[in-house]
Amino acid sequence: MPDHPSGTGHPLQQLDARVKIIFTLAFILALSLSPFGAWAAYFLFLCLVLSAAIAAGTDLRSLLRRSLLGLLFILSALPLLFTAPGIRLPLHLGGWTLWISQPGLIRFASIGAKAWISMLAALLLAESTPVPVLLLAFQRLRTPRVFIAILSLMWRYLSVIRAEALSLMHARTSRSAASPDGARGGGGIAWRARVTGGMAGSLLLRSMERADRVYAAMLSRGYDGQLPDPERKGLSPQDLLVLAGALLLILFFLLFALFTGGLP
Amino acid sequence: MSLVEIRGLSYRYPDGREALRGIDLTLNAGEKAALVGSNGAGKSTLLLHLNGVFTAAQGSITIAGLPLDRKNTGRVRALVGLVFQNPDDQLFSPHVDEDVAYGPTYQGLPRDVVAQRVAEALAAVGMGGYEKRSSYHLSGGEKKRIAIATVLSMRPEMLVFDEPTAGLDPRARRELIELLQRLPQTMLIATHDLDLARRLCPRMLILKQGTLSADGPTAQLLDNEPLLYENGLL
Repeated sequence: MPDHPSGTGHPLQQLDARVKIIFTLAFILALSLSPFGAWAAYFLFLCLVLSAAIAAGTDLRSLLRRSLLGLLFILSALPLLFTAPGIRLPLHLGGWTLWISQPGLIRFASIGAKAWISMLAALLLAESTPVPVLLLAFQRLRTPRVFIAILSLMWRYLSVIRAEALSLMHARTSRSAASPDGARGGGGIAWRARVTGGMAGSLLLRSMERADRVYAAMLSRGYDGQLPDPERKGLSPQDLLVLAGALLLILFFLLFALFTGGLP
Repeated sequence: MSLVEIRGLSYRYPDGREALRGIDLTLNAGEKAALVGSNGAGKSTLLLHLNGVFTAAQGSITIAGLPLDRKNTGRVRALVGLVFQNPDDQLFSPHVDEDVAYGPTYQGLPRDVVAQRVAEALAAVGMGGYEKRSSYHLSGGEKKRIAIATVLSMRPEMLVFDEPTAGLDPRARRELIELLQRLPQTMLIATHDLDLARRLCPRMLILKQGTLSADGPTAQLLDNEPLLYENGLL
């Protein structure tokens, strides 16, 4: 999650964050409700998220690169290739032949496409909105306080833990020396594992202590589990119009998917 | 004989800010020099370059005749012992002796040599008998001494300190200064503690916004009030 989204002043970055959150959730929900094999509809969803990204002035290349993380979800669908009932297709790998289920293949590819496009939408939301604004918007949408508190503390502590880990690693690196007589250095695997374990433990202790201090400082400044909200106001008519239009478009995509998709 | 030769060293942080600009510096063997300057002047960044934790974007660093490049980093790390501001960075093992043994063990030295190095390093900082203590429960001054022992065990030619007296109580600070006076190694000490500089270091370097703005005898520079004021030291 970037601290500062790239660039400002694009219409999509000025849009109320609540609109963006609702849009993203509806987008992902509609995409997951779409039946398997609705390739044309998936393409429409993809076009929608990419045009939103372009309109927001996002760096498309970095967005696409990070979205590849979504493909990890596809691993959970891997067994479908072999377990789904239906016609089997031969796959020749060198001297081996694997028999792959055709409906399984369609489901596998659909899950991959959905995970990837959903990841793009979520990344776009995070990229085009600063984290504090996003948290405030969740609060205005009446997300339970506890979730907001957890999310905001997590975001705060991530950078704390990162800084602590970095200084530990710098200190270790600077003592990882070679011997002048050219002996084989680096130590044994078990020893290195013990050192890494010690570092992880020390990182945990230090992060907890740091986190306690951060929390005490927040309490002493009047933190009560809620983010201060300077301006409580509803959505402007223009925001509502954009939201209604976007939701209608997503509904249309979903209907299209329901009519065109489905397993053969 | 010069131990450290830095020529035209420049460095930028990953976010593009310039941290060091064209640093030229020579330190002779046995010399003790203080490195002072306001917060953010680039002191810590310069120190991290001395044993290759950061690599020079531009310019060159030579330590004891070894150009600091990828091939020599391992050797140089044994020659230059870096003592971090926060001793907890260097203490991550359950017991003190394991932390002190880290350097020589990583170097691949035989077990008995490592044990001898550990005893020698702990004795040098006056902490013999602390081998099996947990560093987590030591005082700030004791942690600092152990942190120094963790680099002495590599038998370095040079010690580099980042804010050695920060956070120490007056007695621990005095004892630390006395310890540093006793140690024979070449030293470069980044500090805000001008009194320490006066007592310990005949030579002083002033860093300002990534450039060396003054380099001379400590007593002389410390008497120059306008200079100190201009460099954010007063």
